[in-house]
Amino acid sequence: MTGTDFGPDGTGAGGAAAGLGAGGGVICLAERDGAAIAEASLRALAFAASLAGPAQSVTAVVFPPAGGVGEPEPDDEVFADVLAECGATDVCLVRSAELTAYAPVAWARSIEQLTAADRASAVVAAATDHGSEVLAHLGAMTGLPVAANCVSAQSAGPSSWRLVRQRWAGSVLEDAVLEASLALLTVAADAVGQPAADGAASAVNGAVSAVNGAVLGGNGAASGVNGAESADRGLLSSARAGRRPSVRTVTPVLSEPDLVVRATESAEQSSGMSLATARVVVGGGRGVGGPDGFSALEELADLLGGVVGVSRVVTSQGWRPHRQQVGQTGTKISPELYMACGISGAIQHMAGCLSARHIVAVNTDADAPIIAHAEFAVIGDLNEVVPALIAAIRARAS
Amino acid sequence: MDVLVCVKRVPMVGGKVLVTADGQDVDTRMSGFTVSPHEECAVEEAVQITEREGGSVTVLTLGLPEAAEQLRDMMALGAHRGVLLETDGREWGPDATAAAIVDAAGELGPSPFPLILAGNEAADTGGYQVGVRIAHALGRPCLTGIKRLEIAGATLRGSREYRGAQEVFEVALPAVVTVKEGINLPRYPSLPGRLRAKRAEITVLRPQWKADGLRKEGLRVPAGSARRAQILGHGAAAVPALLDVLNGLGVLPSAVRSGGDAA
Repeated sequence: MTGTDFGPDGTGAGGAAAGLGAGGGVICLAERDGAAIAEASLRALAFAASLAGPAQSVTAVVFPPAGGVGEPEPDDEVFADVLAECGATDVCLVRSAELTAYAPVAWARSIEQLTAADRASAVVAAATDHGSEVLAHLGAMTGLPVAANCVSAQSAGPSSWRLVRQRWAGSVLEDAVLEASLALLTVAADAVGQPAADGAASAVNGAVSAVNGAVLGGNGAASGVNGAESADRGLLSSARAGRRPSVRTVTPVLSEPDLVVRATESAEQSSGMSLATARVVVGGGRGVGGPDGFSALEELADLLGGVVGVSRVVTSQGWRPHRQQVGQTGTKISPELYMACGISGAIQHMAGCLSARHIVAVNTDADAPIIAHAEFAVIGDLNEVVPALIAAIRARAS
Repeated sequence: MDVLVCVKRVPMVGGKVLVTADGQDVDTRMSGFTVSPHEECAVEEAVQITEREGGSVTVLTLGLPEAAEQLRDMMALGAHRGVLLETDGREWGPDATAAAIVDAAGELGPSPFPLILAGNEAADTGGYQVGVRIAHALGRPCLTGIKRLEIAGATLRGSREYRGAQEVFEVALPAVVTVKEGINLPRYPSLPGRLRAKRAEITVLRPQWKADGLRKEGLRVPAGSARRAQILGHGAAAVPALLDVLNGLGVLPSAVRSGGDAA
């Protein structure tokens, strides 16, 4: 067995928070995204760092990639730098011959053992499918409450936290008090970087966007290194930046029931450009009028190098498949431009596109809610405006 | 197979959510109520499973007496039996909710439900954990966020998309599965279905409320930017202005892009 077993003697070099009041530091699940750390996890890590006191540890936990520990991992050192830029004082690499694929209960069990060894006061994860699932398991196995989709949190004394979390996918905010010996928090996708977040957020945001550059441009370790360097340059202002995190390897004690649920297959999809990551999304709603009306939107999306997204009414009518749905119960998008055509802007829909950088609406109703969310609007029938726009773009191109 | 589906009554919200004057709830005076979207799909999935394989669908909710309306809506879609865990209007945390569901499942009959379905998360509170907590209490595996579900004998195969790849999970029944909208397209209730649901008897149980470690202090609507879109014009006449905006955002094809000096 390589690395350190969990237990009182196996806490490694990290325990900076020893002896501090209610307990030690903060643990954050750092999910992989290909050869990098997921941007959502870097944001969660920044959130975690904002919860920790100056002498407390912030431990980023990284699980093995699909395929398991047998594969070489040239990125681990790069990870350490990137994670440090977002506030990690410690990096914990989980190693286990049994963890050859995503296994939510086993991940939660590993983190549970780590919290015991570290006497942690909080566990934080991004509110992704994996983060939400792992923390739900951690809550169930410890009997502790989980606060999902937090946008801010602060300690309010021993085992007590004041927090703000999202309801209705962010359309309503809940002020809440969490009382728990170990705070279990998932962080809303847009929590860090909003004005409501704490002061350190802007510095951390710099790192996130610098790292993000590496993630977006990243294929393999080389660009990852570039990303880390640019993060270095960008983040000297962060209190914890520049300090080398202590990196340790731990091996969790897992039993058979922990491994019953695991991803057995993870084949890449060949469905072209992803709605979630598209730079331009052309949206169509009820105003499109029927299943035949989408060809013009597809053509416009092609011209703009983007994809088509739709509102919930379009998929519940069966006009388009659900995978094209933007919204609370569909896909959350964050394009440079969201061009919403014939979409009224119900909160169920807006919850999926509030991260769009620019929203342009085309709608017959000047009082539709979408007009209050959009930056620019054309009042008119999309079935007239969109073909005219396509013609104008083609005319300019020729 | 006997399937238990857990659903939640939530306000039907449109373009705006309002909070009551005391800041404790979403204002529902102007809204109707519905079943949280993922859960309606869970009911549809359960009905399809029993249409294929036989068995029954029991739909359960925890809420005010008025939530019987949502149970009847789901029975109109094909659920056979409705169970209301009646509450007094206090909000229940995920842990207490899961415990009450587990207790009720034990009380409802001699045969345990081999499959328990729920939504991935409720539309309103969005806690993402009731299904997982039910599974742990029963010592069952739990799949979450499932968009495709296949049953072959005692084996359950569920898949979902994550970061552009398909994740597939295979577990043996009994199990708990939370699903997401998109797993199917819920049917419209038939007239006979509506009539049957209207007459159906609903089992009412009254579980004991328990405090949760996460305590709501109040709700508020986030301060939006009070801006309104800049209106570029009306109809096709607005296209030149729209083209300028798209050009400014740098999203036009390179052959079309122009600098500030171009027309």
